[in-house]
Amino acid sequence: MSNEKIKSCPLTANHIKIALVGQPNVGKSMLINSISNANLHVGNFSGVTVDKTEVLFDYKNYHFTVVDLPGTYAFTDYTIEERVTHNYLCAESYDLIINVVDSTNLEKNLQLTSELMSMSKNIIIALNMSDEAKKEAIEIDSEYMTQLLGVPCLKVSAQTKEGINELIEAAVIQYEEKSQKSKLIFSEPVEEEIAQIVWYLEKYKFSDDDSYRHIAINLLKNDQKTYEKIHDNPIWIELQPILVEALKHIELHHDSDDIKEAFAQEYASFNRGIIAEVVNLKNQVEKKTLTEKIDSVLIHPFLGIPIFLFFMWGLFQLTFEIGAIPMEYIDAFFGWFGDTIGATIPNDDVRSLVVDGIIAGVGAVVLFVPNIIILFIGIALLESTGYMSRVAFLLDGFFHKFGLHGQSFIPLVTGFGCSIPAYMSARILKNDRDRLLTLFIIGFMSCGARLPVYVLFAGAFFSAQMAGNVLFAIYIGGAMLGLIAAKILKLTAFKGADEPFVMEMPKYRLPTVKLIWHTVLTKTMMYIKKAGTYIAAASMLIWFLSNYPHNLELTQSYESKIEIAVDEKEKTNLLNQLAVEHLEQSYLGSIGKFTEPIFAPLGFDWKMSVALQTGLAAKEVVVSTLGVLYALGGEVDEENSSLIDAISKNISFASAISFIVVIMIYLPCLAASVVFTREAGGIKYFFYLLIFTSITAYFLAYIAYNIALLF
Amino acid sequence: MKTLYDCEKNCKVKVIKLNASTELKQRFISFGIMKGSEIEILQHTAAKSTVEIKVAKMRIALRDTEAKLIEVQKI
Ligand SMILES: Nc1nc2c(ncn2[C@@H]2O[C@H](COP(=O)(O)OP(=O)(O)O)[C@@H](O)[C@H]2O)c(=O)[nH]1
Repeated sequence: MSNEKIKSCPLTANHIKIALVGQPNVGKSMLINSISNANLHVGNFSGVTVDKTEVLFDYKNYHFTVVDLPGTYAFTDYTIEERVTHNYLCAESYDLIINVVDSTNLEKNLQLTSELMSMSKNIIIALNMSDEAKKEAIEIDSEYMTQLLGVPCLKVSAQTKEGINELIEAAVIQYEEKSQKSKLIFSEPVEEEIAQIVWYLEKYKFSDDDSYRHIAINLLKNDQKTYEKIHDNPIWIELQPILVEALKHIELHHDSDDIKEAFAQEYASFNRGIIAEVVNLKNQVEKKTLTEKIDSVLIHPFLGIPIFLFFMWGLFQLTFEIGAIPMEYIDAFFGWFGDTIGATIPNDDVRSLVVDGIIAGVGAVVLFVPNIIILFIGIALLESTGYMSRVAFLLDGFFHKFGLHGQSFIPLVTGFGCSIPAYMSARILKNDRDRLLTLFIIGFMSCGARLPVYVLFAGAFFSAQMAGNVLFAIYIGGAMLGLIAAKILKLTAFKGADEPFVMEMPKYRLPTVKLIWHTVLTKTMMYIKKAGTYIAAASMLIWFLSNYPHNLELTQSYESKIEIAVDEKEKTNLLNQLAVEHLEQSYLGSIGKFTEPIFAPLGFDWKMSVALQTGLAAKEVVVSTLGVLYALGGEVDEENSSLIDAISKNISFASAISFIVVIMIYLPCLAASVVFTREAGGIKYFFYLLIFTSITAYFLAYIAYNIALLF
Repeated sequence: MKTLYDCEKNCKVKVIKLNASTELKQRFISFGIMKGSEIEILQHTAAKSTVEIKVAKMRIALRDTEAKLIEVQKI
């Protein structure tokens, strides 16, 4: 809870292990945040919590472990989340389940609750979002509900932190009292059958950790695992005919040939009974909710898509326009910082390493922090307001034509921020083929790290007014290419039936400033950390490769020439030539020269070839490599001190276009590739991705280069 | 036989039968779409490729192919 309470000794304190279970979007992550002050990512689209997360904290004499299980609608093992949660609840050991429900929509939420209650475990129900319920004039009698269900029900609000202390107190009490009997009852025919099976189990003293009632219910529900357990037991012979009769009886009662559907109806009618008793819909009148009103505009059949495109366009404009403002200052700062630090270092080599290598490299990356912050804010807003699901709704018809799923939109759009979370969020796609297909084309959505490269080139070749549009075109163009690639893959490598599209559209929510701030802060810090470590190291390596081996002969021959040169202009020219020749014979120059023939048809000089290769470590390094390569070459010239100028002078328009095409398509960075391989499920997929992206990038860049040459 | 796909916007219907495979049926059920549940049609996309419905205060999006599997009756 609060910090001053973390005093109890972890060895003597009582350990309480809590499993936090709930449907998607009921505010589980937020609740865990307000219980423990942990900082999990809270989002407003179904399925933010994919892995189970553990949070530890102390309260009084107790040592709490809260396991946040992925959101699940029911125990159907349909999605990965459901499987993770179901397996955990059945197989792991824990003391208590806290079932988080959304007070504003009990009917839907209690469906899961009743399945949990039939497990005969120790449960507490947290009626979350009670603040919102109050606003909507939904009154829940939690005490009466506790009585009816036989399970403690507490009103809480993760947002206002109301009732959080009471919830923890209740957990302690529930833990001390051990099991309480839940009062979930079925219709008479089902109860009869349960009683009969329980009677048999008792008669034969069947030994198991599970309660007899739960075993009986599971047998009736055709639960695979329970069947496997009992199948090898001698009582099976007697039990089987009884079960067959029981199932017939229940199916007849429900006029259905599906026992699971029959049970769902059982739960639903029990829940309707409870709701009728405990919920007082005071002044509820049948009128359109705010969400429905907003939806009637945002997902309007004709306005929906233009509105969405407008939002996207606005986001990219902002990224460029506002992001450009602080860039000047950052640039100036690093220039000043480099000079100041440089002045304190006497040794030439070390100074060059620190100033031209590390500070210039890291500076080039930090320069783009403002752009990245704006992009992250945009994506965080999409996520936390609930608009993301609407876009999936709007785009499914379109995506489906390309063999993708409307929900592929979520990982794809996340891919504009960073490929790594994008690869991870592809898990919301249940069907393996759909997921793999989405994984393969996430790379086409240009990630935030590629933004600096685009900004650099757009700035170098287009006017400031045009640059925003060019940036937008690059992003949309990448997405279009991705769709075409998806269609081709779907027709060839990923043939097969489609995954159904059934998705919840959460309520619209105003995102809290704290939440947005937090998500953006963590992501930005991740980027800066990368700049400080990975990229600093890469910059040092590139600096080394571009400065060594020292060729003394070369230097001396130029020095003598410079000495005899008469006017200043010639001197400068000679110095320039020296720098360029020095670079060409360096290690980096050799690598670039060696690979130059491969990239020559795309119009790249050796510097660009090198930048592409260093970009495999992290895309941000492309810019810092170009920075090191071109800044060294032009350092002596006063006029083209900035990288943008250097680029527009040294690279032709056609080469720049083809370079951008390669950056858009080729292999994601090292870290993303590792995540891709893990998510796709094998190293062979990495090689497929490598071949697929390399061939596509090369082929399209070749075409783009030759078209651009025509202008 | 009338399915959810045939229903107009703002229409309220009751589910009679789910003609889906066992797996998809489970999915429907976990979203509260089962025999007897009441559904309101909120919105279609322009090409009617996706439909937004409301079941027990929850808004759900379905694709046309799935909507055609849900047999309904007007209430
Ligand atoms: N008004 C209100 N909003 C809440 C409350 N708890 C969570 N939310 C919001 O509900 C949304 C989903 O929350 P999240 O924790 O991501 O849900 P999860 O999917 O269950 O982990 C977020 O936008 C939260 O801001 C609450 O008690 N009151």
